[in-house]
Amino acid sequence: MTEVISVPARALRACAVLTLVLGACATIPPEALKMTPDTLARRQLQTRRFDGIEEKKILAASAGVLQDLGFNIDESETKLGVIVASKDRSAVSAGQVTASVLLALLTGTATAYDKKQKIRVSLVARPVETATAANPPSSFYVRVTFQRIIWNTANQITHIEAIDEAPIYREFFDKLSKSVFLEAQQI
Amino acid sequence: MIHKHGIALMVVTLALAVAGCETSTKQVLATNASAVQLRSFQSRAFDTTDSEKTLRTVIATLQDLGFVIDKADADLGSVSATKLSGYQLRITVTVRPRGEKQLLVRANAQYMDKAVEDPKPYQDFFTSLEKSMFLTAQQVD
Repeated sequence: MTEVISVPARALRACAVLTLVLGACATIPPEALKMTPDTLARRQLQTRRFDGIEEKKILAASAGVLQDLGFNIDESETKLGVIVASKDRSAVSAGQVTASVLLALLTGTATAYDKKQKIRVSLVARPVETATAANPPSSFYVRVTFQRIIWNTANQITHIEAIDEAPIYREFFDKLSKSVFLEAQQI
Repeated sequence: MIHKHGIALMVVTLALAVAGCETSTKQVLATNASAVQLRSFQSRAFDTTDSEKTLRTVIATLQDLGFVIDKADADLGSVSATKLSGYQLRITVTVRPRGEKQLLVRANAQYMDKAVEDPKPYQDFFTSLEKSMFLTAQQVD
């Protein structure tokens, strides 16, 4: 009889915890859809201007660079200057694995470490000034944005983030400049 | 014995029910706010008929807000994008004609596994958009 009483008591406690956890399905952060002080800096980091080239050629050159980097194109809409691409790659870092192994040796239990990541990118070309049919634009801003999701060995999401490292964007645009040049030269 | 099974069943049922953000197919057509209310705070009218330029401005604004574009369709007039920043926020923005002289821009967002049905985030989005549009976002009824 005592067992029958204790089970629902435990169940009740479990349910209470569950309610708290699920009830906490958090709401949208207040700054999620607002411009922030670093909006402008990020825009500059992620944008370059290209002159004297058609939009189609910029997009073709961009698709080429994305392919060079191993991305697969998921979507494109040339009428709006949009290319969307992604790639799945390993996220294993030697440091994390070593730490996990050391911890396993000490504690006897294996800890999860980052295993795989999905990297997404969208690249958007936009005319610098408004175009007319008679006067098609020849200057464009190209803005590229990267983001990624990382899963660990237990298949849990450990990181869900925008990629903001400046060198990544600089290197990307170096490659794009070369590719645009080659595209213009038809090489 | 029957007692124990009964309790186990009760616990499972309770757990399922508590798994609250409902698991059933009811969610397919479910909303919390009324459709009229939703439309009102998810929509704004702009005094322009250039839907391509408007879509391009929407895309640029989404990029400013940290979104990566998922899809864009000029003919349908829609853009979908995802923001990852410790959380996942998805948004779809549509642009369609409203009368002869205006475009209606509508946005709907989902944060993690929930619809965003609070007016404030949409207000923020349209505030950002109108700055890039150089046009006023007009409330519609």
